[in-house]
Amino acid sequence: MNEMTPPKSERAAALKGLGTSRKRVEDARFTQGKGNYVDDLKLPGMLFGDFVRSPYPHAYVKSINTDAAMAVPGVVAVLTAADLEPLGLHWMPTLAGDKQMVLADGKVLFQGQEVAFVVASDRYAAADAVELVEVEYEEQPVLVDPFKAEIEGAPVLREDIADNLEGAHGARRHPNHIFTWEAGEKEQTEAVIGDADVVAEEMIYYHRTHPCPLETCGAVASMDKVNGKLTLHGTFQAPHAVRTVASLISGIAEHNIRVISPDIGGGFGNKVGVYPGYVCAIVASIVTGKPVKWVEDRIENLTSTAFARDYWMQGKIAATKEGKITGLWCHTTADHGAFDACADPTKFPAGFMNICTGSYDIPTAYLCVDGIYTNKAPGGVAYRCSFRVTEAAYFIERMIEVLAIKLDMDAAELRRINFIKKDQFPYQSALGWEYDSGDYHTAWDQALNAVNYKQLREEQAQRLEDFKAGKTRTLMGIGLTHFTEIVGAGPVKNCDILGLGMFDSCEIRIHPTGSAIARLGTISQGQGHATTFAQILASEIGIPADDITLEEGDTDTAPYGLGTYGSRSTPVAGAATAMAGRKIRAKAQMIAAYLLEVHDDDVEWDVDRFVVKGAPERFKTMKEIAFASYNQAIPGVEPGLEAVSYYDPPNMTYPFGAYICVLDINVDTGTADIRTFYALDDCGTRINPMIIEGQVHGGLTEALAIAMGQEIAYDDMGNVKTGSLMDFFIPTSWETPNYITDFTTTPSPHHPIGAKGVGESPNVGGVPAFSNAVHDAFRSFGLTQTHMPHDHWRIWKTANGLGLHD
Amino acid sequence: MEKMHLKLTVNGEQVETLAEPRELLIHVLRERLDITGPHIGCETSHCGACTVDMDGKSVKSCTVFAAQANGADITTIEGLGNPDGLHVLQEMFKEHHGLQCGFCTPGMITRAYRLLQENPDPTEEEVRFGMAGNLCRCTGYQNIVKSILAAAAEMNAAKEAAQ
Amino acid sequence: MIPAAFEYHRPDSVEDAVKIISDHGDEARVVAGGHSLIPMMKLRMTGLSHLVDLQGIGGLKGISVDGGTVTIGAMTTQHELIADDQLAASAPIIREAALQIADPQVRYMGTIGGNVANGDPGNDMPGLMQCLAATYTLVGPSGERTVSAREFYEAAYFTAREDDEILTSISFDASASGYAYEKQKRKIGDYATAAAGVLISKDGGSCSAASIALTNLADTPIYCEEAVAKLVGSSLSGDDISAAVAAAVGASDPSEDNRGPVEFKKHAAGVVVRTAIERAIERA
Repeated sequence: MNEMTPPKSERAAALKGLGTSRKRVEDARFTQGKGNYVDDLKLPGMLFGDFVRSPYPHAYVKSINTDAAMAVPGVVAVLTAADLEPLGLHWMPTLAGDKQMVLADGKVLFQGQEVAFVVASDRYAAADAVELVEVEYEEQPVLVDPFKAEIEGAPVLREDIADNLEGAHGARRHPNHIFTWEAGEKEQTEAVIGDADVVAEEMIYYHRTHPCPLETCGAVASMDKVNGKLTLHGTFQAPHAVRTVASLISGIAEHNIRVISPDIGGGFGNKVGVYPGYVCAIVASIVTGKPVKWVEDRIENLTSTAFARDYWMQGKIAATKEGKITGLWCHTTADHGAFDACADPTKFPAGFMNICTGSYDIPTAYLCVDGIYTNKAPGGVAYRCSFRVTEAAYFIERMIEVLAIKLDMDAAELRRINFIKKDQFPYQSALGWEYDSGDYHTAWDQALNAVNYKQLREEQAQRLEDFKAGKTRTLMGIGLTHFTEIVGAGPVKNCDILGLGMFDSCEIRIHPTGSAIARLGTISQGQGHATTFAQILASEIGIPADDITLEEGDTDTAPYGLGTYGSRSTPVAGAATAMAGRKIRAKAQMIAAYLLEVHDDDVEWDVDRFVVKGAPERFKTMKEIAFASYNQAIPGVEPGLEAVSYYDPPNMTYPFGAYICVLDINVDTGTADIRTFYALDDCGTRINPMIIEGQVHGGLTEALAIAMGQEIAYDDMGNVKTGSLMDFFIPTSWETPNYITDFTTTPSPHHPIGAKGVGESPNVGGVPAFSNAVHDAFRSFGLTQTHMPHDHWRIWKTANGLGLHD
Repeated sequence: MEKMHLKLTVNGEQVETLAEPRELLIHVLRERLDITGPHIGCETSHCGACTVDMDGKSVKSCTVFAAQANGADITTIEGLGNPDGLHVLQEMFKEHHGLQCGFCTPGMITRAYRLLQENPDPTEEEVRFGMAGNLCRCTGYQNIVKSILAAAAEMNAAKEAAQ
Repeated sequence: MIPAAFEYHRPDSVEDAVKIISDHGDEARVVAGGHSLIPMMKLRMTGLSHLVDLQGIGGLKGISVDGGTVTIGAMTTQHELIADDQLAASAPIIREAALQIADPQVRYMGTIGGNVANGDPGNDMPGLMQCLAATYTLVGPSGERTVSAREFYEAAYFTAREDDEILTSISFDASASGYAYEKQKRKIGDYATAAAGVLISKDGGSCSAASIALTNLADTPIYCEEAVAKLVGSSLSGDDISAAVAAAVGASDPSEDNRGPVEFKKHAAGVVVRTAIERAIERA
């Protein structure tokens, strides 16, 4: 190193690479109202599409009369299933191997189902015409309760496949039954449970809810008939998959389709699926020759696109008298609504629900999931979680609490004695996963110490005494959770969606002056990819993050990838980014050696340059190397400095965390005041601590919503009761507490930079922490289980049922 | 339905446009005037993504008819700052990670602008109460609150320095 | 959520406004802040074809306190109610209640007239006005009349106001009573799960006057005469308060909705009434 060379640490800091709380590059446009979301797009001659939707949850469509609607000034077309049928587009394949009506084909199966698509000059004319489409329905008996789906006389919902008792995931035992999926050892587990000292059994229900990003779903389809090209802008969390699906179902060659995901106003799983609105916009554009925009309103969003959860999980957990868990059994009844449109990897119809052994060393386990059709909206998406991981985490974290009650043991201690130990990693779970790394005991102790757990329990005991003495009407609840996630889908050997392997990709071009552009197969919906992926790259290739442009979302320019959901961007695309960076560096090394006139092996990497080993004053910076790659004829080396990596991860990653929620419940009003929420996350290597913290705050607030009030509720007649933000609970700044965040760092051994992903941890871990706190408040009065959401009246009802109002 | 002649002042400029009386202010801004900063989130006046400043009041422009707004003086996120000089709220939202997907941000900042006009030195509780008409799905509000408090401090420091 | 077309009117006098709504019958509606009406129009749940905007009528805004009588123009917004210090001195319960209505943006637009006139059982001001024994001034084709808030509400969205009348102002006596408006809600901005307004005056050790009214615990607001009778003249002992609470709960008639079943709402009613009475006593 010569005198002019700044020290390593200074040079590293200038890169704003891994571990830096780099400010976000996205924010300049967002804070100035210059984001570019799909509804901001205006193309010349653009038309607007709007749906006629079914008011009935189950009915035959006897006739549709569009005359009056067509007479509204500005109306260009009204599409019905009959118009789509010749194109074969009146039905479409779902991501789960089922098919779904694009427009009602003779019958409707849920309230809000798409019946006809009005295309007009603007949204006002379209809305006027929607009102005038006359649909004659013949109502049918409604199936709302999945446990009544297979009883004698139950209405058959899917007459289209009633006789087909072999589904996409094996045998179907009834027309309303979709699949049975099993993992683990049934007989062995039942034997263990039969012989156990202690068995706790409970039904754990994770209610139906919805991701409800602030921006609803939408698309603008533009068919250029002259050139035969279709451009589709839309709210797509997986733009490449949409392109492939659009090609397969429309017959338009894939190279003639360009899918663009512009800025996306939050996704949380809502924007993974393909919806009738997208298909209708495409068809309408083909029919009219003009661009067609479709953007759903909030009621449509909540009632028709992508619910989440709705898992009834019957559990049994067996243990020794001392509390060592010996077996776990779970049967899940999964309410999938009218079509199986879950966005899971193909081979996993219940997602990764088999992570339900959680953070614990459980030697024997069995899981069985039955998917059921009901007269409800389709979906089953991973709402800010990896596929069904939230359900799994809630299940095991409730079962642990239920077991602690049965054993009369402290739930923190019960967890501690059952954690997988640090030296057991890589750990083979009884339900088939290989956990990559973890140090649960360290995280747990750090968490319990941080909140002063022992003192909290003493305070709780005192409160209980005061309550019994009539001095207070509040109870204190301490909600514990230690969750383990499985994210980063995933290895192509077992993870695909519609046959597309779930790898991801990064392509890098270094410009002659030493700045760069990188393109990825993912798409940010607020995660800040343009900021963080540049940081990964900065550390790999020694070019400052500020000099690297990140692009995603345009299938004409970005390399193929499976998109952003299930916390897969960092584990998969982040890895691809690092690997592509390493290819750049490998070539840079050859160029540097040539320029320095030494052998390739005689130079070594030093933050932002290659130096000659033993002669640090002789070096070439990446800036110099970049320029040389464009202006020097180097023997045996192609000009330019570019690389692409398609990364197929060898395993999933397994982030984990320890969350503790303390709240006070007023037994008379049913209100719960959150006093403390402490969240320790271990997401492996931390790329941008500021962004991690932001992700945790946001995910915890979603968890707060879900646990404490948010639901998609249906009445007995199949009507949606919570279809607008009046009733669908989203907390404001007033209801949301300040969170305390903390971390440990256990890198993933198989990820190039050791990162595991964090976006979904707080939702996965947050829900059981809030819920456990509510349950814990009532533990002394004999409560073992009550269902979410814990809104005021349900908490009150719990208190009432326990005799606390007598 | 016959269109009416609307005259508005938007971000300091006089603008005129034709619109049906029933058109919602948010649609007039976004579709007729190409001001796409304010967004449509819920359409039932719960989320605040469409918040603009109208005659010195924060309003949800999805629940105001164009006809009602006729003659009004409106400021949107686009009128608060520009690339050469951001409003301190815009700076502080960037500085304190007060946004993620950015969809709520224009409404959030526009609302915070009015809040600080009325209460230049709010407590955290006052910020949380005063921002309760704006929903965010990404941030959990913690950094939004931090950004607004930081902006208030900056604005007050600047005021003091000027005196 | 796109409203159907309508003809827009912005009259500059009450007389003109009355004439327009008289001419068009039930196809015409007046709009003040619009935050109840416009969402309904967007859901196409109203069939109106003439919208009469009152914002151009200067005389409908403002708060005055004159010789112990408070008069509030119908077009006065919740925000203006909260900001008015004279009102806060004369009837502090108004600020306390208005701060619990909706959110800041809605309070800038939402008016007291709109809140009391449309008969939505979820609105807070009707119960509060019953508590304050307010009178409403209505102007119609045949002139002006007044109606007591306690007589005004007939059923959900049905009131004593005729279709061709406009509610122009509200008046009530300034009060030095102890006061409280207590509201339980699912989250900030929501309608009440249960809410109660209470005024209490003390004379020596006993209660000289009281008023209790409930919000969203029936299809109209409820003035709790029987509960008031339990307090007036009493020493406001624990038993007296319990008797009043029981009477108020007895007067409530909530229905089940997403906020909870009837038995919960009745329990919540008991809690808010008790809390409000206790706080009002403290302040009396």
